Amino acid sequence: MTNVKEKGPEVTLSPPVDAGNGLKTQEMVINMGPQHPSTHGVLRMELTLNGEIVTRAIPHIGYLHRCFEKHSEAMNDYNKVVPYVDRMDYVAAMNNELGYAIAMERLMDIQVNDRVEYIRVLMAELQRIASHLLALGTFGLDIGAFTPFLYCFIEREKILDIFEKASGARLLYNYIWIGGLMNDVPADFKTDTAAFVKSFRPKIKELNDLLSHNKIFIDRTANVGVLPDKVAINYGVSGPSLRGSGVAWDLRKDDHYSIYDRFEYDVIVGKGEMGTVGDCWDRYIVRVWEMEESLKIIEQALDQMPDEGDVQEAIPKKIRPPAGEIYCRTETPRGELGYYIISDKSTTPFRVKARAPSFVNLSVLPAISVGAMVADMVAIIGSIDIVLGEVDR
Amino acid sequence: MKTAEELHRILAEKFGEELFELKQDEPAAPWIIVKAEQIREVSKFLRDEPGLRFDSLMCLSGVHYPKENALGVTYHLFSTSEKHKLTLKVIMPEEDAHLPTVEQIWKTADWHEREAYDMFGIRFDGHPDPRRILCPDDWEGYPLRKDYRVQEFYRGMKVEY
Repeated sequence: MTNVKEKGPEVTLSPPVDAGNGLKTQEMVINMGPQHPSTHGVLRMELTLNGEIVTRAIPHIGYLHRCFEKHSEAMNDYNKVVPYVDRMDYVAAMNNELGYAIAMERLMDIQVNDRVEYIRVLMAELQRIASHLLALGTFGLDIGAFTPFLYCFIEREKILDIFEKASGARLLYNYIWIGGLMNDVPADFKTDTAAFVKSFRPKIKELNDLLSHNKIFIDRTANVGVLPDKVAINYGVSGPSLRGSGVAWDLRKDDHYSIYDRFEYDVIVGKGEMGTVGDCWDRYIVRVWEMEESLKIIEQALDQMPDEGDVQEAIPKKIRPPAGEIYCRTETPRGELGYYIISDKSTTPFRVKARAPSFVNLSVLPAISVGAMVADMVAIIGSIDIVLGEVDR
Repeated sequence: MKTAEELHRILAEKFGEELFELKQDEPAAPWIIVKAEQIREVSKFLRDEPGLRFDSLMCLSGVHYPKENALGVTYHLFSTSEKHKLTLKVIMPEEDAHLPTVEQIWKTADWHEREAYDMFGIRFDGHPDPRRILCPDDWEGYPLRKDYRVQEFYRGMKVEY
């Protein structure tokens, strides 16, 4: 086996400059992370600083690498991959499961009944709200606003309670299976969800009053970390981070999957209300209003959901997909989650590759952070909303 | 909106018939096999040609085919304006797996190519920062190859637990 030893690119610093008072100034390299409260996990940023201005930023990832893809190839059953999928984006596990289940169902040509589809959509949209609440709360926390974080978590708990009743778990559910669900929702699921929708709607306004239009918050986030739309598309940025740049791109509408064509909702885009289109505030506000759109979908789904239907009727006894491959993508709270699955006609996956949205979104960071202040780096990382479990997989 | 057959015909006319091979395999979408040394020109053509405009690289994945002793790279392309998709594949011999980078065409490829190098040992010629990305820089071997054996010790620490 070859021994691979390669170093990172050499960082060349500018020559020392005489400051005029007998002292010299020079660029400096500092490490931000991996143990840093605002890097949302174990991300290390190698920053080259000119005073307080960032002249170069290199993200170093891999501290949470668990080789999900290798684990999947060691499983002798495609269903056993589902718990691993949960652990990629651990704050939006339902959406990860949904993407995997849809990819496998397309590969095996399985049709699920309407009740399964509606429960899946309800779970996915509730999860989207929960994930956005976490993103918004921690973003405020990064900027220095502690109170909104607690308000967001109160609401998130209510969603986790609904999930707990249905699946028994609060974070990693293993609920959406290939061809169906682990079990049917409890009898009071509909009333619980309707009650949550009713109580949550006024809280969005509360969050806007508390954080979105707060003067200090706007000063910290508007015109910071501007991501132009062309750059975003070229880097493959997706999800709210792309829509914050003014691109109306939502896979739920643009690359049809599940039953999202049955609902009416809007795609929220950033308009540069507080500064430039594509700044941190735009990315933030897109998430706020997306929660409102998710509420719309949930309301319509609750109305249309059939009461009859066996949620396990389409689950195959033995999962043995035909030889072939598929690339299937869905919209998670962070963007485009794609699964590239190759089957060799056995019960063991030949290859399961996840194209994680956080991984791709994070790669744009060096391009948009040059010229920012060190304190703005915190705002930019928070506004991209990365989950390191998904970046490293 | 163009189908894979139409795209294959356009590519064959532009670059010559023998370089491409169209594979149609149910239930998956068809894919086009491209010679390794051609991938860069083909990608540039696909991105810039009016009517094709593949401005988005959805995914770039390395694959190991142990039976054929080969390594492959799969490109999933998409056009946000024309709304069509295309899958390109490059297959290379395992002992000499290298191909030109497409990092300058789609920036998405930057980290994806580093990942493919890290996990499969596929070398991307012309990549500006060809380092490992997920594993440590001095890790041995390529974890996602089917014949991978994990090293016993890493810097004096036992790896297997």
